[in-house]
Amino acid sequence: MTAVLGARDVAIDLPLPGGFLARRQLNILSGITLSVDKGETLALVGESGSGKTTLARAMIGLLPVSAGVLEFRGQPLSDPACRRRLRTEAAMLFQDARGSLSPRVSVGNAVIEPLAIHRRPRDRATAGRMLAKVGLAPEMAARFPHELSGGQARRVSVARALALDPALLVADEPTAGLDVSVQGEILNLLADLRRDLGLALVLISHNLAMVRHVSDRIAVLYLGRLVETGPTDQVLARPAHPYTQGLIAAEPNPDPRKRRDHPAITGEIPSLIARPRGCGFASRCPFAQDRCRAETPTLRPLAPGREAACHFAETMTSQPIRETIP
Amino acid sequence: MSLLEVTDLSLTYASDGVVVEALRDVSLTVEAGEVVGIVGESGSGKSTLAAVLNGLLPDNARITKGAVRIEGTDLLTLPEAGRRRLRGPGVAMVLQDPMQAFNPVLTIGRQLVDFQHHLKDLSRADKAARAEAMLAEVGISDPAACLRRFPHELSGGMRQRAAIAAALLLTPRLLVADEPTTALDVTMEAQILHLLRRLRTDHAGAIVIITHHLGVVGEICDRVHVMYGGQIVEEGPVDDIHHAPAHPYTQALIACDPAAIPGRAARLPTIPGRPPPLRRPVPKGCAFAPRCPAALPQCRTEAPPRVVLGPRRSALCHRVSP
Amino acid sequence: MSSGPDALPGVAEPAREEATEEAPFVVRGAGLRAFLRDPMGVTGAVLVAAFLLMAIFAPWIAPYDPMALNVMNKFQPPSWQHWAGTDQLGRDLLSRLIWGSRTALYIALVATGVSAVLGIVLGMIAGYGPRWLDAVLVLIFDSFSTLPMILFALAVITVLGPGKETLILVVVLISVPYYARLIRAQTLSMRESDYIQAERTMGASAFRILGVHVAPNVVGPLLIVLSMDIPVVIMLEAGLSYLGFGVRPPEPSWGNILNDGYVSLRSAPHMVIVAGIPLVLSTLGFTFLGEGLRDALDPRFRRFGGPR
Ligand SMILES: Nc1ncnc2c1ncn2[C@@H]1O[C@H](COP(=O)(O)OP(=O)(O)OP(=O)(O)O)[C@@H](O)[C@H]1O
Ligand SMILES: Nc1ncnc2c1ncn2[C@@H]1O[C@H](COP(=O)(O)OP(=O)(O)OP(=O)(O)O)[C@@H](O)[C@H]1O
Ligand SMILES: [Mg+2]
Ligand SMILES: [Mg+2]
Repeated sequence: MTAVLGARDVAIDLPLPGGFLARRQLNILSGITLSVDKGETLALVGESGSGKTTLARAMIGLLPVSAGVLEFRGQPLSDPACRRRLRTEAAMLFQDARGSLSPRVSVGNAVIEPLAIHRRPRDRATAGRMLAKVGLAPEMAARFPHELSGGQARRVSVARALALDPALLVADEPTAGLDVSVQGEILNLLADLRRDLGLALVLISHNLAMVRHVSDRIAVLYLGRLVETGPTDQVLARPAHPYTQGLIAAEPNPDPRKRRDHPAITGEIPSLIARPRGCGFASRCPFAQDRCRAETPTLRPLAPGREAACHFAETMTSQPIRETIP
Repeated sequence: MSLLEVTDLSLTYASDGVVVEALRDVSLTVEAGEVVGIVGESGSGKSTLAAVLNGLLPDNARITKGAVRIEGTDLLTLPEAGRRRLRGPGVAMVLQDPMQAFNPVLTIGRQLVDFQHHLKDLSRADKAARAEAMLAEVGISDPAACLRRFPHELSGGMRQRAAIAAALLLTPRLLVADEPTTALDVTMEAQILHLLRRLRTDHAGAIVIITHHLGVVGEICDRVHVMYGGQIVEEGPVDDIHHAPAHPYTQALIACDPAAIPGRAARLPTIPGRPPPLRRPVPKGCAFAPRCPAALPQCRTEAPPRVVLGPRRSALCHRVSP
Repeated sequence: MSSGPDALPGVAEPAREEATEEAPFVVRGAGLRAFLRDPMGVTGAVLVAAFLLMAIFAPWIAPYDPMALNVMNKFQPPSWQHWAGTDQLGRDLLSRLIWGSRTALYIALVATGVSAVLGIVLGMIAGYGPRWLDAVLVLIFDSFSTLPMILFALAVITVLGPGKETLILVVVLISVPYYARLIRAQTLSMRESDYIQAERTMGASAFRILGVHVAPNVVGPLLIVLSMDIPVVIMLEAGLSYLGFGVRPPEPSWGNILNDGYVSLRSAPHMVIVAGIPLVLSTLGFTFLGEGLRDALDPRFRRFGGPR
């Protein structure tokens, strides 16, 4: 079976600000190889600014790739026919939910927008039904985006994304800004769609606690490179990359009695413009050796379905995660 | 005198003939040097409360009752000029939606410099240097380049950190942060939380932090207020709220946190039912009663009392006894 | 949120009955209430409405034929018969002023209307279209707007001869580049916004994106600029007519009346005064209206207002 979405050695460059005619390109992502099957959830986690949203935008056909191939159901996205298919069969949830709603379009019109674009049958009741699916009252249809709370805007954008029963959903932090109960409702709704319709889901999130429950596989990005991929339970139980370890250790604890005095990982994220030599994480890594600063680690298989880009991945998996990395 | 004192604040939004009671009798005090968390359901009025504190209400909002005092000065009766003077060195805000904090057509640098207009004796170059230092402080690696960028050229998390930097540049006595770390990964989140903690100890500034992430509350807050349906249904020290929640909504909220569920759940727990109606006339009984597993008959008909459980600890519930 | 507590999810009932195909939900004028609260804006709106009614119903309102000569009655000061007096040919000034409002508003509205439409279309094309087209259009806009306005206007008039249509053409040529650049800047900043990107992921055509999502957001600010520019056009028409480059006599125009009045300022000062009044009032009316609209609609005020 071909994957719903596949990326092979994808690189993405974006123009640097300034210089209108000969804009310098900045490499954001490279060497990204991923795939998502029908009914599968792939979690994409990573540092802020590591390129998750950029990758998501490329997956949905908003950005061209600079190298490699992105495929939707086995056809390359560079093919216009495939991109046209993507428009009805894939949807995206934007990181900024309110920002993704047109400010002068009412909620009711916003959720039926995909139906209107593709001239599908619709009426007023359609909008009400769609809003009910995400737990919003039908009266909300008359509201405008600026009259919604953050969480309500989020739910409206989910309702809109599901309008055409997509086969692929790229969700950029779909539950940021939602209370845990509503977060649960939306994730359960997505899980139902996965089960019933075979929805393939790319879930971008910072919340490892949530990712643990809902994703099948996990891909960790750091500074535009994949640093680790594998089945969620394995990666979270025995992370092979120190950044993944740091993410797990830094997960804030709701119990105030377990409060920590130091952040698990400190230091700045290196700049993409002056990408460091060697491993991108070396400057923040508690285990960094000279080799890490000289030689760039490549993503290599560790076990079936598991890969990591760390010179010391084997030793990493064999030691327990430390609560606080010094 | 408390740094911030909100008493019996009620607020409505009028939208197309419908009146929404977004805040009902909200009271809250914040002492200098304290970090107060506000958690609660989506749509329960948290951002609205933040907007009142910052004096940034939309046209269709109306405060129907109550007072908001900052160091004894009533914000609501203050004329606009006085309020503006208070903003900046007095109150600064990190908005829920970081795109909202910036004008899309101006560079970040230009805006961060303009935000410091209260620092009359600094030159623009000095202000730019301050802005650059603050961006580095919030973990942006190439602050000089960031200053030259437009808001849409930053990633979501960078934008959020730039918004935090903008607020911190004002060295406010009260910082109101509406979900300041939602777009950040946990390592960055931890760094920002520590920065905020330091701000509190360095300037004796108080922080009101609105969040959905109970982990953030656990990491940084001294006290917590739980909101539901426009009301504060429970307040208390963070330890009590976490280990001995009194209100059924607080209990349900904590139980839904995926971090508290071991292993892999097939379905995440949720609070069944719908958010309470806020449209006027709001039903008399407890707003949570229709969803409450422990509701008594009077919960649906009588407004719940505010039961004092200790110093600065109370719950709004029929079932709780002191 | 306002559903009843016992309304179950899934059994949603449609809120209202009628449903139209394209737009089941009406977009409400968000700033209307704010506008109505502003006395300056309301004054402007009333003045503008009065002038519009006067222009539309000129044939019925005007007590006399504006062209009818009556040399016996020339230079009459205001009286019960002739409320605004008569001019050097004995024509009724009030009638000429009322018909003059027709000329003034016709030129101002047609010229700014055409400019606005062209400006919106060209500006959105430049802002949303391919980069090279943008570069070409911006070059054209820039070279137009560097021309000195008055000299350019006089040159066009010299070539085409004076008249209403020439005036309109001059105004259009001068204002289109300006409006188009305004629209272009806004379109550019909107183009990267998430809601336009979201539209693209849904497969909306450029036509739909521009028409449904960009245009409503750029028209508001442009409307404000337009209502501030209309008085400028009215003044320009009066000025050029006064100089003899605009509307040609005997067609009534406020500028022509002023011109005639200046010739006989000593003997009949009332002409200048009565022709000045509508000019001042209409200018004030449109300016007030524009400022009222700006205060009520300016996205910066709304944007900063909300608890986001
Ligand atoms: N401008 C407005 N006009 C009308 N209703 C509004 C407006 N702004 C907010 N509301 C309503 O007021 C209530 C409270 O909104 P608020 O934004 O304060 O919620 P919140 O607690 O911040 O939620 P979230 O966690 O989802 O951000 C919501 O029901 C919302 O729909
Ligand atoms: N339009 C653009 N032009 C130039 N650079 C951009 C643009 N959009 C994003 N970038 C840069 O690309 C990098 C990756 O951004 P991206 O939004 O993909 O990050 P992210 O992983 O989604 O981060 P976050 O978790 O903070 O949302 C950042 O350094 C950002 O500054
Ligand atoms: Mg992002
Ligand atoms: Mg909010």
